[in-house]
Amino acid sequence: MKVRYFDNAATTKVDERVFEAMKPFLTSEFGNPSSIYSIGRETKKKVEDARETVAKCINAQPKEIYFTSCGSESDNTAVKGIAYANRQKGNHIITSKIEHPAILNTCKQLEKEGFEVSYINVDKNGIIDLNELERNIKDTTILITVMFANNEIGTIEPIKEIGQIAKKHNIIFHTDAVQAVGSIKIDVEDLGIDALSMSAHKFHGPKGVGALYVKSNVKFNKIIDGGHQERNKRAGTENVAGIVGLAKALEIANNDIEKNAKYLKELRDYYIKSIEEKIKFVKLNGDREKRLPSNANFSFRFIEGESLLLNLDLKGICASSGSACTSGTLDPSHVLLAIGLKHEIAHGSLRVSFGIDNTKEDVDYLIDSLVEIINRLREMSPLYEDFVEGRYELDEM
Amino acid sequence: MQYTRKVIDHYTNPRNVGKIADANGVGEVGNPVCGDIMKIYLKIEDNIIKDVKFKTFGCGAAIATSSVSTEMIKGKTVEEALKLTNKQVVDELDGLPPVKIHCSLLAEEAIKEAIVDYYVRSGKTEEEARKMCGLKPKGCEHCHHEQDETEE
Repeated sequence: MKVRYFDNAATTKVDERVFEAMKPFLTSEFGNPSSIYSIGRETKKKVEDARETVAKCINAQPKEIYFTSCGSESDNTAVKGIAYANRQKGNHIITSKIEHPAILNTCKQLEKEGFEVSYINVDKNGIIDLNELERNIKDTTILITVMFANNEIGTIEPIKEIGQIAKKHNIIFHTDAVQAVGSIKIDVEDLGIDALSMSAHKFHGPKGVGALYVKSNVKFNKIIDGGHQERNKRAGTENVAGIVGLAKALEIANNDIEKNAKYLKELRDYYIKSIEEKIKFVKLNGDREKRLPSNANFSFRFIEGESLLLNLDLKGICASSGSACTSGTLDPSHVLLAIGLKHEIAHGSLRVSFGIDNTKEDVDYLIDSLVEIINRLREMSPLYEDFVEGRYELDEM
Repeated sequence: MQYTRKVIDHYTNPRNVGKIADANGVGEVGNPVCGDIMKIYLKIEDNIIKDVKFKTFGCGAAIATSSVSTEMIKGKTVEEALKLTNKQVVDELDGLPPVKIHCSLLAEEAIKEAIVDYYVRSGKTEEEARKMCGLKPKGCEHCHHEQDETEE
């Protein structure tokens, strides 16, 4: 069966050009960048070229880019590294309620270590409350960390406004931009970003490599101790192939950013419109306008997300859900609860994230499959039966 | 998450889906907040389960356990159906992932609740009927939110 992939927010396929660029560093060009001889110097040069490419793509300086092993490591290094290095100034951190676990769990760990964290609310579309954010600033606030765009509902946060608030109060501003890099043009200078996390496999690069931008005047402690790699900020022999792949993938994504965004928005808006026309009792989660070009997240009333995903899988469709049964925990997604969804509505959510390899025909297949599966699951649902027979009130969603 | 072939077969082609218009025993357990509800309809004649149908809101394992347990009690006596345990349901499916075991409990309890309803309709008091089925006073025993002490 043909596999149709609509889970590009989970990971993406490595671009052929990226793979070609990486290959030599997995075979013939294997030198350790820290070595003094020629094949070491050559790989060192490639790592530095990659650093320059990444810096250019976000309007930073090459010395402000640090390569890591993934988005989570970038987030950990930024939040813990900045918190530890600035502890004499204060112990207070501000974040949002809809961050990725790489931020939320890092903050929870810091709370155990004596830091204080404020988790700011978002509105029903997932946009952070800027007034609440500013009200929570105190003398001891050292860091604001708010994601650029949400991985589940695709909402794009008011990054520039947060940057301005941070600057006004002289607080460091980090953003987890893992979902945004490669799909939204980012200029760290213009947006007032002091630190930013990214991950290669979200923009058609390889897994196992990420990058962290930290503005040159921002102090942060190293989290991985060892050798002096990455200007003594991140120990460990450089993942040369991965780093080259990340830079190549980002360069390609940045060059095509407007073209790709236009194409993905067309697919996304066609999908959203079709679902709203063809299936009753649905709710689009996230902001209609301030939304990642690739993301569409719907809640389908009266059904549960895991059974929906399993049925889609039988048709060769890959997507994702915020239901408890797919999250590995007992609760539905914290993001869906934070935007005010009731548990039973959150359980029936489906995230699709389009990619440049998807065609309109793929989207039609997805829509037709959903219509059929949702009808079938509703026929099987006691909640739907109660609703049809008037025993269950359809409240506000 | 790995499901067995039998689980996949049952959520792909669930048996006995639907409702019975003239059912004389109906049981519903679970709650939408937890993400699973199971409703069982029984048609009992001369103490034999002549027909059984179900409706389930829940994950693949919830659908599969509902489906297989309806097959397991169809044609059996009421007493035999009451002896169905969640372990038998799990075994019949060749196993369930540990986090999904509660789904099999749901199936066992939904059947018992339907039989309680049948006994009540036959003139027993609710208390007597629940006792006969080995059930505690009505509650949401399998609900995750009561089990999880770390819940906020």
